[in-house]
Amino acid sequence: MSIGAPLPHDSAALHVTGRARYVDDLPVPADTLHLAFGLSTIAHGEITSMDLAAVRAAPGVVAVLTAEDLPFANDVSPSAHDEPLLATGTVHYVGQPIFLVVAESHLQARKAAKLGQITYKERPALLTVDQALAANSRFEDGPVIWSKGDAAAAIAKAPRVIEGRFDMGGQEHFYLEGQIALSVPNEGGVTVHCSSQHPTEIQHKVAEAIGTHMNAVRVEMRRMGGGFGGKESQGNALACSTAIVARMTGRAAKMRYDRDDDMVITGKRHDFRIDYRAGVTEEGRILGIEFLHLARCGWSMDLSLPVADRAMLHSDNAYNLENIRIESHRLKTNTQSATAYRGFGGPQGMLGIERAMDHIAHVLGRDPVAVRKANYYEDAGALPPHPRDISTTMKGQTTPYHMPVEDFILGALTERLEASADYQARKKAVADWNAKNNILKKGIALTPVKFGISFTLTHYNQAGALVHVYQDGSIHLNHGGTEMGQGLNRKVAQVVAAGFGVDPGAVQITATDTGKVPNTSATAASSGADLNGMAAKAATDTIRERMAAFLAREHQAEPAAVRFEDGRVRIGGEDMTFEEAAKRCYQGRVSLSSTGFYATPKITWDRKAGRGRPFYYFAYGASVTEVVIDTLTGENRILRTDILHDCGASLNPALDLGQIEGAYVQGAGWLTTEELVWDDKGRLRTHAPSTYKIPACSDRPRIFNVALWDGPNREETIYRSKAVGEPPFMHGISAFSALAEACAACGPHWPDLQAPATAEAILAAVKRARGAV
Amino acid sequence: MSDIAFLLNGTPVRVAGESPTRTLLDYLRDVRGLKGTKEGCNEGDCGACTVMVTDESGSRALNSCILFLPQLQGKAVRTVEGLSGPDGALHPVQQAMVDHHGSQCGFCTPGFIVSMAVAHKEGATDHDDRLAGNLCRCTGYAPIIRAAEAAEAAPVPAWMTEDLRPVAGAKAPYAPASSDELAAWYLAHPDATLIAGATDVGLWVTKMLMDLPEVAFLHACKDLQRIEKKGATIRIGAGVTIQRLRSALSSSHPTFAELLRRFASEQVRGAATIGGNIANGSPIGDAPPALIAMGARLHLRKGDARREIALEDFFLDYRKQDRAKGEFVEAVTIPAKAPDLACYKLSKRFDQDISAVCGCFNVTLRAGRVEEARIAFGGMAGIPKRAAHVEAALQGQPWTEETVRAALSAFARDFTPMTDMRASADYRQEGARNMLLRYFHERSGKATSVLEVVA
Repeated sequence: MSIGAPLPHDSAALHVTGRARYVDDLPVPADTLHLAFGLSTIAHGEITSMDLAAVRAAPGVVAVLTAEDLPFANDVSPSAHDEPLLATGTVHYVGQPIFLVVAESHLQARKAAKLGQITYKERPALLTVDQALAANSRFEDGPVIWSKGDAAAAIAKAPRVIEGRFDMGGQEHFYLEGQIALSVPNEGGVTVHCSSQHPTEIQHKVAEAIGTHMNAVRVEMRRMGGGFGGKESQGNALACSTAIVARMTGRAAKMRYDRDDDMVITGKRHDFRIDYRAGVTEEGRILGIEFLHLARCGWSMDLSLPVADRAMLHSDNAYNLENIRIESHRLKTNTQSATAYRGFGGPQGMLGIERAMDHIAHVLGRDPVAVRKANYYEDAGALPPHPRDISTTMKGQTTPYHMPVEDFILGALTERLEASADYQARKKAVADWNAKNNILKKGIALTPVKFGISFTLTHYNQAGALVHVYQDGSIHLNHGGTEMGQGLNRKVAQVVAAGFGVDPGAVQITATDTGKVPNTSATAASSGADLNGMAAKAATDTIRERMAAFLAREHQAEPAAVRFEDGRVRIGGEDMTFEEAAKRCYQGRVSLSSTGFYATPKITWDRKAGRGRPFYYFAYGASVTEVVIDTLTGENRILRTDILHDCGASLNPALDLGQIEGAYVQGAGWLTTEELVWDDKGRLRTHAPSTYKIPACSDRPRIFNVALWDGPNREETIYRSKAVGEPPFMHGISAFSALAEACAACGPHWPDLQAPATAEAILAAVKRARGAV
Repeated sequence: MSDIAFLLNGTPVRVAGESPTRTLLDYLRDVRGLKGTKEGCNEGDCGACTVMVTDESGSRALNSCILFLPQLQGKAVRTVEGLSGPDGALHPVQQAMVDHHGSQCGFCTPGFIVSMAVAHKEGATDHDDRLAGNLCRCTGYAPIIRAAEAAEAAPVPAWMTEDLRPVAGAKAPYAPASSDELAAWYLAHPDATLIAGATDVGLWVTKMLMDLPEVAFLHACKDLQRIEKKGATIRIGAGVTIQRLRSALSSSHPTFAELLRRFASEQVRGAATIGGNIANGSPIGDAPPALIAMGARLHLRKGDARREIALEDFFLDYRKQDRAKGEFVEAVTIPAKAPDLACYKLSKRFDQDISAVCGCFNVTLRAGRVEEARIAFGGMAGIPKRAAHVEAALQGQPWTEETVRAALSAFARDFTPMTDMRASADYRQEGARNMLLRYFHERSGKATSVLEVVA
């Protein structure tokens, strides 16, 4: 059985030998054109003149396009049609594409793009959430407010009220492969090769840009060199540009952002400010809590509304909050349009409540883990056996958006992690160590994760697949998901192999192709294996049932008696290879090709009211991180991390462990070294790896213990597994929390550590803890 | 211009008619069709383009995106495609990376594989340092390190050691063969750009998109690559790479060598030279503060005229040095020992980052009093600069915490640092002051380094 086998990534051997092909590695026609954008150098203003003579005269330049030259739609927005491919009179951020250079080589295009002479009438730029709020510059008419119970009343009656303000930075995706697209013209349209999590969106936007229907555009996507959400919508501009040029010139066109351009042009994780006000008991039980979310969305809407929604949807994280009010402002600023990034707002919302938990524990002088556990939802196993019992537990066990929490396991999971990580003993050891060390201080923290699985845009929760069995028994698999490193293709191939009872190696994985599986959803929201695995299983089941029916007829047996296992098909006394069975079915004129389709059940969501069941289920986990800080400089290290994470019944534990380890380090990076800095002109100063620091090798925890929780998903997901892409990202919060603990060990005051916890931020927090500021 | 000849994956190649600032990465991908080597950042910071370069001194992992073709004259290059055996057998690090799930998206993987293969060939097991110049965004590095450890014991495949046969080729283009030749040429071409490791000039080409009309490559000047012990001093030729310097000084100058461990990355240290780090004049180069704290002397040459100055006098103002047209850095001399030297580097990330503040302290005590204090900083001014007022405040005083604390106010007289994307002015100032406290506590035997703490 291939399900649950720790098989390597399907492309591992190609990766290590350099044979894995990315878009920039594809052979291209000799006359392929190369594109580059000329960018806005100001954050906000009107273009008063544009002199592109020097650009046109530069060596190798074939054409230069501005907004007026675009033949059809000038829009690359995934949502509100508010994002022109090329600026139309007004520029809205430093880095906005204004003109498009078409040249014979990549370098010639880049060089020419610097030569534009553009003058502007500058307008005041809104760069911060404060400026945007003051100017009422926002998406939607006003804030989104969801509530349950009466937070204000509960806080008013509470014995203690704890409040704070917390700023958390955004995050650059830093996929190693930058944005890229290649369009090859054909008779009626184009074929687009791209690095995108959302080929159907590329197809849709390209069709608009070249004035065709979607059926004239074929998008092929074999693999991405990393995505992390940054390739859900941010590749539209490159795909549209190349397609337009390909249609105009009849030549293939390729566009690849240089790294600095990539970081300056494309959106990042939303930075947030979260204000919290909690009314608590002396034990730290939250009686009522209010959150104010200020999300800096940048200049266009992009995916900001669902991102900000998901932040609200994770304001409770693991905690049963009877009285809660969340107010969310989606602020429009003259900066890059913030976009999807692993967790999609969930990490920001979750960090808000986790931060509040630490603050509450600090003020009350209680163990932060005890405070957390006092607020946990009840474990599902602890619920009454008869769901119809109207017990108080059941009545209270709903999220702030009124969704029953039926699958909670964090009570037991936390208990097991506390034991395996030896949390209590180590917490004491840390305190002892701190008592003996003046300059260096340690901190340790345990934080939980509960993450909702499903797109909150309900119609995205569908997937298609296409499976062929050839007459030689070989199997061809195609599905709507995209491979960005997560091992999705391997997992889906394991599902198909299990269905046919063959070795996963017998299943040929092919590039995502809008010509094979249409109307796909973005590979996002951790949903890739859940959705596409089920669709591929449906296709596989259909073919296997046809084969079984035919072979059963031949043997005058029941179809259910035909068994597909170990690469063989057995019926009655007969035992044949899968190849033989395929050949016989082919000769028996059985269709050996099928599509499969899946739509997630049970979900309903009223976004306006903030009510419903937006998620099919929750994925859970918890982590313990121990850190050390230097109180003279704020320098710090992660010393040890223990993670226990719930992947349901894992489809592939090796790939799942890889997702968890990688997500943790990326999450810890977000909250430590990864600092985005804009200057007062709105220019991003951290636009290359020389200035923007993602974790390097030695930043990983020196001791790194990751284990999988072993329970199956209680919902009927693909082989009872759970989604894994995003949830473990939020284990990085335990690193932040541990750093805050270490700062708190320096003095009696609340250190109020802000994120990212750079060395500079930590030093500031140390001083606050000491009452020095 | 003559041809450039080198071995590429075991096969001799000759390159003619290319610009001298054509990068190896572009050549590999666009001309040779070797697409395994990736462009991740085009500035030497991500390592996706790492290749193995072998010459008589051994094999190095280098960033091909900031390596110009003339630098390869007579050497051997192996790309990821050249690491598997002739029969397609995987290199042990390749097999280990498959077995330990060390690749996810795979885009950084070829660079990792090359760095790991070079380390494996050298028998190196300091994996964190060897891989600090390779960024991975997917795995969190843990499986990569497991793979590197698993491959340690495997023998080096035969094909990895076949790169030393000489390559037939003429004199390297644009590359004088001695410092005498360089001196004469540079006098005649004073506006030319001198290129040693190209770890900075490379970015002028790939990022600033500059055309460099006249260049000379210094790698063939073997006489600039000597490290000579002369009595109580060590003379370090300008062409000595940071990698060689680090290794040469590891026992005599352990604190300086530790600073050099954090100097950029393995790939950059293998190309960058000490002369380049000085002549470049950057206020945030890591070597100058340490050298100044040691009292280093700089040797300059113009034609046949030579002069020697204190290193701190070389740096006049932001990006302005005491170097005449046609004059070049020949060597730097440091004391053979610096037992009191401590070097501290503050940056957002420990490895492969640029200093926000680099502080180097060399305080000599005699009978409990400060005999001499030499303290120099990078990142605190437009140049690498001595903390003259702080030094004066310490001079002759008893070496106590009181003395040190009393000296802290002098920092404000020495420095008015700037705010930028790396740090605020206040943090720089406070970090610099606290480095002096750290120096005191460290000398008193207290635990002061987070790098030495375990869970």
